[in-house]
Amino acid sequence: MSSRLSRRAAVLGSLAAATALSGCGSPAARGLFGVAPPEGQLSYWNMFTGGDGANMVTMQEEYLRTHPDVRLDATVLAWGTPYYTKLTLATSGGAPPDVAAVHLSRLQTLAQADLLQPLDESLLGEHDLDPGRFVPTAVQKSRYDNRLHAVPLDTHPFVLFYNVDVCRRAGLLGSDGKLRPIRGPEQFRGAIAAAARVTGGYGGVVNITKDPSTNWRWFATLYYQLGGSVVADNGTRVTLDDDLAAQALGFMQGLTTSGLMPKSIDGPGVTSLFSTGKVGFLLDGEWQIPTYAGSSLKFDVVPVPHVFGPKPVAYADSHALVLPRNAEMDDQRRGTALDFVRSLIGSSVIWAKGGHIPAWLPVQNSAEFRAMRPQANYTEAARTAQYDPPAWYSGAGSQLQNLLGAAIATSQTGSAKPAQAVREMRKQLDKLAAAKPPVE
Amino acid sequence: MATTTIIDDAAPARTVATLPTGGRSDENRAGWLMAAPFLAFYLLFLIGPAVFGLVMSFFNTTSVRPGLGEAVGLDNYRQIFTDSEFWASMGHTVWFTVLTVPPLVILAFVLAVLAERVARGKALVRFIFFAPFVLPVTSVTMIFGWLYAAEIGLLPNALEALGLPVPDLLGEARWGFISVAALTVWWTIGFNFVLFLAGLQDIPEQVYEAAALDGASPVRTLWSLTLPLLRPTVVLVTMLQILASMQIFNQMYLLTAGGPGTETRPVMQYIYDTGFSDYRAGYSAAATMIYFAVVLIISVLWYLARVRTRKGADA
Repeated sequence: MSSRLSRRAAVLGSLAAATALSGCGSPAARGLFGVAPPEGQLSYWNMFTGGDGANMVTMQEEYLRTHPDVRLDATVLAWGTPYYTKLTLATSGGAPPDVAAVHLSRLQTLAQADLLQPLDESLLGEHDLDPGRFVPTAVQKSRYDNRLHAVPLDTHPFVLFYNVDVCRRAGLLGSDGKLRPIRGPEQFRGAIAAAARVTGGYGGVVNITKDPSTNWRWFATLYYQLGGSVVADNGTRVTLDDDLAAQALGFMQGLTTSGLMPKSIDGPGVTSLFSTGKVGFLLDGEWQIPTYAGSSLKFDVVPVPHVFGPKPVAYADSHALVLPRNAEMDDQRRGTALDFVRSLIGSSVIWAKGGHIPAWLPVQNSAEFRAMRPQANYTEAARTAQYDPPAWYSGAGSQLQNLLGAAIATSQTGSAKPAQAVREMRKQLDKLAAAKPPVE
Repeated sequence: MATTTIIDDAAPARTVATLPTGGRSDENRAGWLMAAPFLAFYLLFLIGPAVFGLVMSFFNTTSVRPGLGEAVGLDNYRQIFTDSEFWASMGHTVWFTVLTVPPLVILAFVLAVLAERVARGKALVRFIFFAPFVLPVTSVTMIFGWLYAAEIGLLPNALEALGLPVPDLLGEARWGFISVAALTVWWTIGFNFVLFLAGLQDIPEQVYEAAALDGASPVRTLWSLTLPLLRPTVVLVTMLQILASMQIFNQMYLLTAGGPGTETRPVMQYIYDTGFSDYRAGYSAAATMIYFAVVLIISVLWYLARVRTRKGADA
């Protein structure tokens, strides 16, 4: 065979392959060649894996059952930075998904960067998504510049898990078999110490190693209870109160360095200790409920006790659904997208199985959700939710969580004194606040 | 001595000169054509983005907005040069390189020499040493994560059972580096091992026979024969290893996430954090360019070292 012939064959072959790919409108073709999706097709991006991922798929199936004519193309991407990078680049590059899931703590930056479609209340009303029927704190956080930019799906607070058997033997349960209310630092420490006496080792556990977000959530819960704030004016001014921060860190450090809780432990270690009954308490997000729900472990979940301050505070975030900015989206496609959003919101009782508190009040008030345990124990947390402060570097998986969480970890392991950790936090905050923001 | 046998890559090119000139230009054109697809991809996906990155480093480019953004001149560079976090991450990268290169070169050499001497089951021995290299980084870090994990890990528990002090293998910076270095040695030594094996097999048997006749001891043979004859391979392996270790990201990111704090964060993660988590693409591009310059300098030094080695071999 002459070289010319084989060359021609190769060129023809690759052309044929390209046509075949683009012809069927496959996700590969859209990714490689930017081919527009066919009519009646809806693309949806989210970052839900594990139990949440399975629940989301069930909710998507619910939608498809009622909308058999729509071809739903759902893509799951890795949580955190990878997800937000892809979403922002796809949107600013003019090829966004029709619907995307985001964290409300990240909403402001996305809206500021002009990456989201504002959602008029009348438009939402047309699709039976009246903002008045959602949890008010979540709706408030969905606003940017006085306009709604997201439809909240849930509130997911940082909570306290407890082992029923260990706590019963420690005498911490009331006559109803539930954990007796814990109030103030002494009672909280006392409860963990009582659990430690039962287990003969640790009383409680919280993830410390390699998990700055959890470090931050645990610190923020206590620090917000004390009435502290971190940054103001969209992140340009540092408002960290050194004394309050040191007080919160001191309490956290006291739990680990006294041996009541491990000083150094990562995710698998936490799961192992709590699921095998080697600790009585676990501080973590309610989204970990599916991790333990399938096992023989008897556990329950309550809001993080009211350790400091006058009023209860729950550090939380929310998942929400947004329509990324898209010049090519017409009213019809927007309608399809909002119908899909409405369907997901409507079936959010399935979503609640992952531990989340539904933001849609008709679901939250439904008998089905109110009978759901332990989810219904901490619905109040949705109303007392306190989110990350708005700043371009704050929110789920952000540098605020990474850098402050890292400083918090050094205090918990005992390698830094609380005051030292506070200095480090201030140093990081000063730098972030002074840096030129990517959006203004 | 018969050192001329080491010359490797120059010989085949000479045969081309004997072809008629017409054939040669045909060959030349065919060569370019064959290489064209690769060159096109190289231009499109490597040179293009690199040039774009260089341009970006002079702008306040962000990944949340289209376009380059506002021009800031040398501001990004100025900021990076005064950013202690950047220099700290450079230091971490260098420390990791110092921790990994010596064992990965020396141990690979020792293992290769030993494997070469095994009389039976040679293939099995080679397979055993090379096998970890084919594992994906996620699997490797998962295995070592379970080995190292505080409270529940195999290693801390074993040390505790023996009554030895239990170090915090992932939660403390000085151990974090050692933990990741140990993982890296176990995981990647197979590659250097194979390079050394290939080098060893290139040494002609007669040289050893002559040494044996002269009554040289095994240590003497190793020192005066094997090592000098392997010099090109040693230089190659060392430099490839330095470049590979300088690019540490995956294992570190998955095993310690740069923690505790940012105490084990390598420079690649610094670039990732500022560019992607912080959306500061322009700033991050400037950091990349500085790092690129550092790697380039090391590569040039490598090239010079190789040239000198070859001259030494020719002499």
